[in-house]
Amino acid sequence: MSLTVTSTADPTRFLRRLCEILPPARVLAGPAQLAAYESDGLTAFRTAPLAVAVPETQAEVIALVRLCHAEKIPFVARGSGTSLSGGSTPVAGGLVITLNRLNRILRVDAAQRLAVVEPGVINTAVTLAVASYGLHYAPDPSSQSICTIGGNVAFNSGGAHCLKYGMTSNHVLGLKAVLATGEVVEFGGTSREQLGPDWCGLFVGNEGLFGIALEITLQLLPRAEVFHTVLAGYRTLEQAGDAVSAIIASGLLPGAIEIMDALALEAASAAVHAEYPPGCEAVLIVELEGPREVVAAQRPQLDALIASSGPVEARPARDATERAAIWKGRKSAFSAVGRLSPDFIVQDGVVPRRRLGEALRRIAEMSRVAGIRCANVFHAGDGNLHPLILYNGTEAGALERAEILAGKILHMCVEMGGSITGEHGVGLEKRDYLATMFNVDELDCLHRLRTAFDPLGLANPGKMFPDGTAPALAQHGLHPLEKAGLISRE
Amino acid sequence: MNAPLTPTSLAELAAAVRSAPRVLAIGARTKPRLSAVAPDVALISTLGLSGITEYQPDEFTFTALAGTPLREIAATLAARGQYLPFDPYLIDAGATLGGTLAAGMSGPGRFRFGGLRDFILGVRFVDGTGRLVRLGGKVVKNAAGFDVPKFFVGSLGRFGVFGELTFKVFPRPAATLTLRLPVADANAATQILTAAAGARWEIDALDLLPSADAIALRLAGPAAALPLLAAEILTRFPGEILSAANADALWADLRELRWTFADGPLLKLALTPAQLPALAATVRTHAGRLHVTAGGNAALVSLLAPIASLGLPALTLRGPGPLWLNAPASPAIAAAVKTALDPENRFPSLSA
Repeated sequence: MSLTVTSTADPTRFLRRLCEILPPARVLAGPAQLAAYESDGLTAFRTAPLAVAVPETQAEVIALVRLCHAEKIPFVARGSGTSLSGGSTPVAGGLVITLNRLNRILRVDAAQRLAVVEPGVINTAVTLAVASYGLHYAPDPSSQSICTIGGNVAFNSGGAHCLKYGMTSNHVLGLKAVLATGEVVEFGGTSREQLGPDWCGLFVGNEGLFGIALEITLQLLPRAEVFHTVLAGYRTLEQAGDAVSAIIASGLLPGAIEIMDALALEAASAAVHAEYPPGCEAVLIVELEGPREVVAAQRPQLDALIASSGPVEARPARDATERAAIWKGRKSAFSAVGRLSPDFIVQDGVVPRRRLGEALRRIAEMSRVAGIRCANVFHAGDGNLHPLILYNGTEAGALERAEILAGKILHMCVEMGGSITGEHGVGLEKRDYLATMFNVDELDCLHRLRTAFDPLGLANPGKMFPDGTAPALAQHGLHPLEKAGLISRE
Repeated sequence: MNAPLTPTSLAELAAAVRSAPRVLAIGARTKPRLSAVAPDVALISTLGLSGITEYQPDEFTFTALAGTPLREIAATLAARGQYLPFDPYLIDAGATLGGTLAAGMSGPGRFRFGGLRDFILGVRFVDGTGRLVRLGGKVVKNAAGFDVPKFFVGSLGRFGVFGELTFKVFPRPAATLTLRLPVADANAATQILTAAAGARWEIDALDLLPSADAIALRLAGPAAALPLLAAEILTRFPGEILSAANADALWADLRELRWTFADGPLLKLALTPAQLPALAATVRTHAGRLHVTAGGNAALVSLLAPIASLGLPALTLRGPGPLWLNAPASPAIAAAVKTALDPENRFPSLSA
């Protein structure tokens, strides 16, 4: 089954009709205007779209999608453009619909603990808006101070607290969306329970291939009363990994269990002036949270577990400021790595937790053989690795070599029984690896679902599926891995 | 109606689906109205597909065949200090894992960490073309491909036949403590449900009991902390702490639906706390019984005889009457998704 972007599209007519929907100031089509939208968080890929539309209302978004459908022009929805999988990389000849101006929090219902928001609302803005009620929105991707709920919904974003609280999908109760066909649907509602199939669950994580969410109903949780956050430094990654195993086996359910390796620590300490225990190959961050009586009862157990795991030093955060500093260092790690290297690729593979140590050893070995530096920051509680592969994009062949290493790491994750993506999505970056996780029948099943929502293949084409119809890549010729003979398209 | 087909392997399950033009999977039939379909539909029993195929306590995951009794899973997890946080119903009655997913039967404990949708990780299923496919994953975190496993929660077997399921599990809390908080009426119950749900106590379960005169509030966590939390709660809402034996009996009776009328319709509803008073009034008009769970977000209603409406969409799990009351509007995309997964309409429609 092929996704057809017909060649009969008439860009001139499309642009004319576009200007009938939006005032000229909100239609960007000049080269300088388009340049800002050429790529997202996956900067290795760039494509100029035909135009960028800046809607301000849901009605405008619906009209834009319907126009794209009528004119058979592909479209890509975009929030803050923080996708690390190239999820909002434009399609050549297509429209980018930016949703940042649909940034209204439409309703907060403190009694029912929910908020209804538009897709352009920034992740942390939800928690800010409900903090006075003692509530918060749990999913906390590292980019949460700039990424949007619409993007979180499209890619089912995770964060540091997924083991206990799940991903974005676990917090979406209902949504209104315009599908690629122009049809407007409402899934779910305001109850935490549902009758019939979970349409909301199917929509979240669709990577923009089904349509665009216009209104999202989010469940809110009471903010944990107290936290006990411990930062522990270890001589070796194995020791940190063993500490994680001991915590998991103890019956505790920490809100977060994170590890950063030496290279990531070097970057984070330079960027945010965090001071980590010296001489450590790994730092572990563990956080308990809950009512003060519960944390008081569990704290000695966690502290004893960490003390017996042989840390160089264990530092519990003594107050909210110290806790914030620990998390600032962790969450800034991705961008901090930018200080170590002009370019880097962030990977997102998942391995069974008990094989974390083995996975890290193999990554280190592959990194050494390839002669490419690789920093590791990961959600240890979930087995979700984030190797940061450092390269210099101005050096001939460097990106290609980095991508080959990235591919090897993904293959390792699948071979270990894990996944190619824990929370960043498949997007453009990993679409050629989808087939390592799913067989032909499974891919066909996913494809049939995509076609059900988007028969013309206009919504974010070229993402998730290795179907070879992506105008974005067609502009660049063969994928570097194809050139290397490592992958091929179906 | 012919005897159900009884596959004993996943390959046989796929063959069973292909063997008839119209099929529907059944488990232990503890929610029999969901599979009371036209006689031309061949039934496929999953009871021959039983057993935990993979359990990694240190991964917080297990994989089991669809016909595995919940009882076996709960016992296996308990032996390693873990549990099913979505707290399923009808464990003693013999309910299967697959039937629980298809019916969307998350129990009172879903209040704290979520329901089936929050713990299902992967599904191996036979689609309407008879192909055995696996979507989702086997690790606690995975974002590859569309989230079809989540879609299957509450899908009533109308989009595919489950063969094998992977779930996330959690460590079992060290202790539990249940409070019984008397309430004068449904309005008072709604107020307590709402206030308690937003409080700092991290409540594990929050239900209005079928007796309609009290709320059951369960705490779960370290033994030392629970009496302290309970004492504070009782200063806000008068009530009593139940003995461990009484608490266990209370939750077991709710779990096994022992409060229901034996022969009348049993219905499941999704609601919000604000809708509770009206629902309670309607149920009382019909001399029915009502168990409100998940802090006022879900309810089970037991009636003496079928009625036309409860004022909210409701799904009949057991007993006479139509499958749906006030059937929720099907999204327009539903037909296209049904065709994608079941192009020949081998499985009954959601409405039948």
